[in-house]
Amino acid sequence: MTTPSANILEVLNIEVVYNAIALVLKGVSLTVPKGGIVALLGANGAGKTTTLRAISNLLHAERGEVTKGAIQFEGERVDKLSPNDLVRRGAIQVMEGRHCFGHLTIEENLLTGAFTRCDGRAAIARDLDAIYQYFPRLKQRRTSQAGYTSGGEQQMCAIGRAMMSKPKLILLDEPSMGLAPQVVEEIFEIVKGLNEREGVSFLLAEQNTNIALRYARFGYILETGRVVLDGEAEALRTNEDVREFYLGVGGENRRSFKTVKTYKRRKRWLA
Amino acid sequence: MDLFHAIFVDPFAQMISAPDLLAQTVWEGFVAGILYALIALGFVLIYKASGVFNFAQGIMMVFAALTLVGLNEKGVPAWIALALSVAVMYGLAVAIERLVLRPLVNQPDIILLMATLGITYFLIGFGELVFGGSPKSMITKQLYLPEGAINLHVLGGQVQLQKLDIAAAVIAMLMVAGLALFFQKTRIGRALRAVADDHQAALSVGISLNQIWVIVWFTAGVVALATGIFWGARSDVSFALQVVSLKALPVLILGGLTSVPGAIVGGLIIGIGEKLGEFYWGPLLGGGIESWLAYMIALVFLLFRPQGLFGEKIIERI
Repeated sequence: MTTPSANILEVLNIEVVYNAIALVLKGVSLTVPKGGIVALLGANGAGKTTTLRAISNLLHAERGEVTKGAIQFEGERVDKLSPNDLVRRGAIQVMEGRHCFGHLTIEENLLTGAFTRCDGRAAIARDLDAIYQYFPRLKQRRTSQAGYTSGGEQQMCAIGRAMMSKPKLILLDEPSMGLAPQVVEEIFEIVKGLNEREGVSFLLAEQNTNIALRYARFGYILETGRVVLDGEAEALRTNEDVREFYLGVGGENRRSFKTVKTYKRRKRWLA
Repeated sequence: MDLFHAIFVDPFAQMISAPDLLAQTVWEGFVAGILYALIALGFVLIYKASGVFNFAQGIMMVFAALTLVGLNEKGVPAWIALALSVAVMYGLAVAIERLVLRPLVNQPDIILLMATLGITYFLIGFGELVFGGSPKSMITKQLYLPEGAINLHVLGGQVQLQKLDIAAAVIAMLMVAGLALFFQKTRIGRALRAVADDHQAALSVGISLNQIWVIVWFTAGVVALATGIFWGARSDVSFALQVVSLKALPVLILGGLTSVPGAIVGGLIIGIGEKLGEFYWGPLLGGGIESWLAYMIALVFLLFRPQGLFGEKIIERI
């Protein structure tokens, strides 16, 4: 266990219940070091999005609730705050499926990201320029309605909008969803740039295990609401089980789902 | 053949032969329409920001006007009463957000609709308890609203414009312009449009929905106060006045529930349409069609264009 000061985010053994009935997370713990990129991996329905929503406190709007455990941001408990408070403190979520404001222009979208700030117009204008440096394509499309821009541009807009709140931590949910591989690469390069130059930490939920482990330094693998494996990105990438179950390249010869051995190993993995 | 003539020829012949009467009718329709538009605007604002169809909008109008007149009756000077009424509308917005919207967040739409019905009955009871149930007349003089009429000698006759109506039209247009500027140019206005587009995303960037709801309900309350003053001046201030707010429903169907320009254009179409209908086609049916013509127009629109004239343009990526 590292000292609290080195970690910007600590999630301690949380349980999440939806609609007071469906237990979705069954004790998830993870930490994000200051200035790190951490990947949260897993298949559909594993609980990645729920974990991010629990951290950003957006869970309440989906009738979900953290029933056990604690979430600490910069050493303070934040699991009872509103999303608004959390954005003020410096943790913001970029939601899955981008969720740009379709009828607002790209520039207006970016400006809504600065809603919680009160350091004046000049500072906001300066940061808007900085965002346009990172995303030159957004500058070209600044006056078009976000609903009419491409998927990649919308994803950039969503990340740029989050950056406008001057965050210390961005919870990035499925940035690769529905995008061409080339664009995915571009987005991840930008994430890397923001991490290195602006010092923003990232917690990244991804299904695209391959690319996520190339950019992240540490990874957690979730399955049915539990962390089943964690480790350095490099170690995960070479782990035999991860290679087989998530990267689809394990073993020397092709396997079929009928193979009993695989089934047994998968069962052990889930237990 | 006679009927055909009476419907399609005679009214138009009348319009052409007496253009001054036509202008008079259109003017009256215009004033009624712009007031309908103001009521509808209150519905649209709240619907866009909180997804609630606010049944209490009509009562909010009566309640605001009643507060103004009632305070004046109790000896408060008119301008201070006006300021206090605005403050009361703010208090109401905060109370509704705290006591109704916040506990019911994420409930199905129908529950919120029922809750606004509850607000309606609460406001009726509360208003009667505090200010009494008897109709009151609006304090137009104390608010320096103009009286009398201007007679224009145009179009070979004369058109009479009530000064109060002119004031109503001017103030309504100023409010609409002010709201449009507020929505387009300010930080809060931008946040309001963001909330209307995507609640979840607005939450995620740190926009506080509670704060936005208070602002929207307060804005709707101020619009209700303005409408209440002018409707109250045209008749009495009593709870019977809320029936005019029902006229906002066809306006909304016509203009689209999510569109501010739609509310304005819809209001004008309904206002002018029903006055023209009453004056030129009414006698065919023995008069009195003003009270239901708007609903007929709305019904036709529901059949052929259910999203209204200006219903939200849905942006779809292919």
